[in-house]
Amino acid sequence: MASLCSRGLRTHSSLLCPSSLFTTRNGVFFCTMQNTQTEKTKTRIGNTKTTQIKASTSTTQVRENEKMLNDYEAVIGIETHVQLSTLTKAFCSCPYNYGSQPNTTVCPICMGLPGALPIFNSKVIECAVKLGLALNCKLAMTSKFDRKQYFYPDLPKGYQISQFDIPIASDGYVDLDLPLEFGGGHRKFGITRVHMEEDAGKLMHSGTGTYSQVDLNRAGVPLLEIVSEPDMRTGIEAAEYAAEIQRLVRYLGVGNGNMQEGSLRCDVNVSVRPTGQTEYGTKVEIKNMNSFSAMHKAIDFEISRQVLLHNQGQADQIVQETRLWEEGAQKTATMRKKEGLADYRYFPEPDLPEVVLTEDYVESIRASLPELPEMKNRRFENMGLSVQDVLLLSNDTNVCNFFESAVDKGADVKMAANWIMGDIAAYLKNEKLSITEIKLTPQELAELISSIKGGIISGKIGKDILFEHIAKGGTVKAVIEEKDLVQAS
Amino acid sequence: MISAIQNPRIQFLFQCRYQFNFPPKARHFHRSTVLLNSASSSSRVLTEKTLTSTSPPTSEILTIRKSLLSRERKAVEIAEEYLNRLRVTEPTIKSFLHVSENVMKEAEEIDLKIERNEELGVLAGVLIGVKDNICTVDMPSTGGSRILQDYRPAYDATAVKKLKESGAILVGKTNMDEFGMGSTTEASGYQVTANPWDVSRVPGGSSGGSAAAVSARQCVAALGSDTGGSVRQPASFCGVVGMKPTYGRVSRFGLMAYASSLDVIGCFGSSVADTAILLEAISGHDIFDATSSKREVPSFASQFISTELLESKPLKGLRVGIIGETLGDGVDKPVVSTIKAAASHLEELGCTVSEVSLPSFSLGLPAYYILASSESSSNLSRYDGVRYGNQAAAEELNSLHSDSRCNGFGPEVKMRILMGTYALSAGYYDAYYKRAQQIVILPSVLVRTLVQKSFKDALRENDILISPAAPSAAYKMGEKKNDPLAMYAGDIMTVNVNLAGLPALVLPCGFVEGGPAGLPIGLQMIGGQFDEGKLLRVGHIFEQTLQGCRFNPPLVA
Repeated sequence: MASLCSRGLRTHSSLLCPSSLFTTRNGVFFCTMQNTQTEKTKTRIGNTKTTQIKASTSTTQVRENEKMLNDYEAVIGIETHVQLSTLTKAFCSCPYNYGSQPNTTVCPICMGLPGALPIFNSKVIECAVKLGLALNCKLAMTSKFDRKQYFYPDLPKGYQISQFDIPIASDGYVDLDLPLEFGGGHRKFGITRVHMEEDAGKLMHSGTGTYSQVDLNRAGVPLLEIVSEPDMRTGIEAAEYAAEIQRLVRYLGVGNGNMQEGSLRCDVNVSVRPTGQTEYGTKVEIKNMNSFSAMHKAIDFEISRQVLLHNQGQADQIVQETRLWEEGAQKTATMRKKEGLADYRYFPEPDLPEVVLTEDYVESIRASLPELPEMKNRRFENMGLSVQDVLLLSNDTNVCNFFESAVDKGADVKMAANWIMGDIAAYLKNEKLSITEIKLTPQELAELISSIKGGIISGKIGKDILFEHIAKGGTVKAVIEEKDLVQAS
Repeated sequence: MISAIQNPRIQFLFQCRYQFNFPPKARHFHRSTVLLNSASSSSRVLTEKTLTSTSPPTSEILTIRKSLLSRERKAVEIAEEYLNRLRVTEPTIKSFLHVSENVMKEAEEIDLKIERNEELGVLAGVLIGVKDNICTVDMPSTGGSRILQDYRPAYDATAVKKLKESGAILVGKTNMDEFGMGSTTEASGYQVTANPWDVSRVPGGSSGGSAAAVSARQCVAALGSDTGGSVRQPASFCGVVGMKPTYGRVSRFGLMAYASSLDVIGCFGSSVADTAILLEAISGHDIFDATSSKREVPSFASQFISTELLESKPLKGLRVGIIGETLGDGVDKPVVSTIKAAASHLEELGCTVSEVSLPSFSLGLPAYYILASSESSSNLSRYDGVRYGNQAAAEELNSLHSDSRCNGFGPEVKMRILMGTYALSAGYYDAYYKRAQQIVILPSVLVRTLVQKSFKDALRENDILISPAAPSAAYKMGEKKNDPLAMYAGDIMTVNVNLAGLPALVLPCGFVEGGPAGLPIGLQMIGGQFDEGKLLRVGHIFEQTLQGCRFNPPLVA
C-alpha cells in the first residue's frame, strides 16, 4: 500500500508546480456543497461570501506564478486520525469490521441509548502508549477523558469522548528522509500531541439528495489523533510525514492504516506567508484526501491558491474555513466557513475514571516495541545502502522482510537490494503481485547472488534464472546443474 | 443473595411486632429540651394527637415473605390488595406514569414457585415501583419527558435486573420531574403527583411519584434517583424512609443521566428495614458502570437488632453532629424544633449530640446548580430526535434537532440546559465550572473539594451527622412553580451530600401543622463513604423507638 502511494507521488511530481492547475480551469471557484446534503444550511451562508479567483491561461502567467510561489512560504500542520484495530470498540464490546451491513455492530452503549454508560477498553491505552513511545513523546502518567460537544446525526451521544487538556502523549517528533526525486534530505517534524478518542458513525446520503441515513457501526471505534507541529512546508513533506505515520501504525500493529477505508485520515491545515515573515497567515483546513498523492496535490493546490490571492492583493479573501479536496476536479472547494471559533464546551467525562499508567506498564510496552522504520533505516544505511534504497525497502514490511532474510542467508547486501528493487519490483508491478505471492524464496535469491558473485554464473544467466524462479520456483543449484550453466573461467 | 428472613433475630423482631409486644419506652421525647431549645408548640400538639395509635413501622417485605413461606397468603392476594389500593388512590395521587399489566401474572408465577417448593428471591412477591428514568425493557421509560414519550428501552437497568432476579414484581413506572430536574413533580411532562398527606400539596421531587406511591401503599417499596436530594426531599415530604447510597454503591447503568458525577439510584420504603433490604438487593459492582464501586456489600438488614433485645441506651457512645448551618435562617421554625426533638431522641438512646459547623455549606447550592446544569446540558444532548423518542417533522437537519428538542423538553429542562451550556462555554468555563467543583466565587470544581473536606472533617469528630431533609414540610402545588430560586433553595439540605458523594438516610421523625392530619418531617442522617450499614442500623433503632408517630397518611389510614 505504502509503496503504491509513494509511486503515486512520483508520477505526479510535476504537480510540485501546482499553479499549472489554474490553467486548466478558467473561471470561478464556487463553493459547491451538493456532496454533503446535511451541510446545506451552512453552505448557503457560505455561498454568499464565496471567494472568487480569476485564473489565467497564458503560459507566461504560469512562469510568473512559479516565481511568485518562491516569494511565499507555506506552513502546514496535520491532524491524523488513526483507527485502531482492537477486537472491540473503545467503550463497548461491539466488534468493528469495515464494510459490515449498516447498524449491525451496535449496542445500547455505542448507540447512545438513554442510561447507557461507557466502559473503557484497556487495549486502547496500550495502542496509545505504543504510538506515543514510537513518536518519541512524553507520556502523561495520569490523563483523563473529556467530552467534546456538538450536534450531528452521526454522533449518537451529542458528544464525543476525547481527551482535551491532558492528552496521553505529547511533545514528540518523527525523523524521516525525503525521497531523492524530491530533493532528498532529512526532516524532523514535531508532534504536538497524541490523544485517544472515539469515532463517529457515518451518514449515507440518498442518491436523490432528499434524505440521509445514519450507520452507527463505526460509532465508538477507537481512534488516536496525532497532531503535528506546523513544521511542514511543502505538499511532499506533508505526504511523507503521513506516510511515516502509516508505516509506524503498521509496524506497531495498532491499526491497518488503510486510507481508502478511512482507517487513516489526515486533515491538513495550510497557511502561507511572505518569505521572512514570522507571523502565520490565516489557516485553511483541507479534508477528504484519501491517498498520499491526493494530499500532496491538494496541499500544493491550496498553497498556490493562497499565494495567488496574496499576489493579487486579496489576502483578506483567505478565510478560516474547511475546504474539501475534490479528486475529480483536482481542486479544493469550500465545505464550511467557520463562524468564529467552534466552542466544543469540553469538560471532564464524569462516566470514566482517570487513566493512570505505571512505570512498569510503560517499560513493559517499551520493551515489546518492534524495530521501528527509522531505526531500521539507520541499520540499513549502516549496511551500506543508499538513502534511496533504504526508503524503498522499508516502505513495505513484506519487501523488507524478504530482503532481510536474503541477507541473513548470505546474500550480498547491495546486490540483494538492487535485485529486489529492480527486477523483482518490476515483475511484481507488472503482475500486480505482492512479494509474498511469488515462488522465489529469499534462500534462493541468496544462492543466486552468491553464484554470480562467486563467478559461477554470469549476471545475465543469473537474471534468467531469477525470472524462472519467480514464476516457477526451484533451486538455483538444480537449474545450474540441469542446464549446465556454469560460466567458463 | 442473602435472605434476610433466615436471620433469627429479624424473624424474632418480626414476630414481636406482630404481637404488638414493645418494650415500654419514654413517650415524651418531643418535649425533651435536653439539648437545644424547646420544640415549638405546633409540632408538639400534633405529636400528641397521634400518640394514641402508635406502633413502630414493620417491614412489609419480611411480612410478605413470612406469609408466603407459611402459605398464609398467596402472592396473588397480596398483589391484588396493592393493586386495588392503587386503583382507588391513583386518580387522586397520580404517582404512576405506567402501571404494569403483568403484575398478576408475575404474582401467579411466584405462587407456582412456592407450590413447587422452589427457592424464593428476597423480594419474591414484593411490589416495587420504579422511577421512570430507570430503564425497564417491558415498560415505557420516559424520564418524565415528552421527548421520550412511549420510548421502550432495549435493556433493563442493572438495578432493575437485580430486582427481577430477586423475585420482585415491578408494579409500574413512577412520575417524576422531567429528567429529575425539579423538586415537586410539577416539572413532569405528563402529570403532577399529589402528596398523600394532603392532596393539595406536592409530594416533593424529583422522585415524587415513588415517594407518594410508597406513602399511599400503592407499592411496598420503590426505586428513585438522587442527584441533589431527589430521594430524600420527597421521602421527607411524604413521610417515608428514603436512602441515598454512596456514589458508586449502586450501578447507574440504565439510569438516564442527569448529572453523572452526582446521580445515584436510591430506595424508598415504609420502614428502615424495607429500605435496607431493597438497597442490599440492588447494590454492588457492575462491569457496565465504570464508576461503580468494587467494595463488598454488607448484609444491611441482618445487622438490625430486635427492639426486644435493645438495651436502655442502644446507641451508647455514638457521636452525632447536628449541622448548625441547617437550623438557621430560611428553615421553618417547626422543622427546626422537630429536628431538635429528634436529636433529643437520639440522646435518649445514648448518643452524644453536639453541634458541628460546615463552613462550606452555603457554597454547595450554587456549586451544585452549576455542576448539575453543566453535566445535564451534555447528558441531554443525546435526545436529538434522530435515533429514538419524539422526532419533529423537519425539512433539514438544524430544524430537526431544534424542533425535536423544543417540542420535547419542558421549560425547566430548557432552562437548565441553557444554564449549563452557558457555564461550559469558552470564557465562562474557568469562571463557573471549575469553580463549582471548588466555589462559585472561588472557582465550582473547587467548592466540591471544599465540601468534601468539610464533611470529612466533621465525620472525623462524629459518627453521623444529622440535619433536616428539607427546610420546610410539603408545600402547596403551584406555590413555588414560578419562583425557581425559592425551589432551588429548598435543596440546600441535600445537595452538599451529593457533592461529597456520601450516603444519607432520611426517615420520618415528626410532624408539623398542615393538611388534614399534619405533615411529616424527615430527619436526614449523613454517614461516611460506604457507611450505609451504620446509617441504617441507627435509623432502624431510631424508628423502632420513636414513640407516638405513625406515618400512615390519612388516605390510607
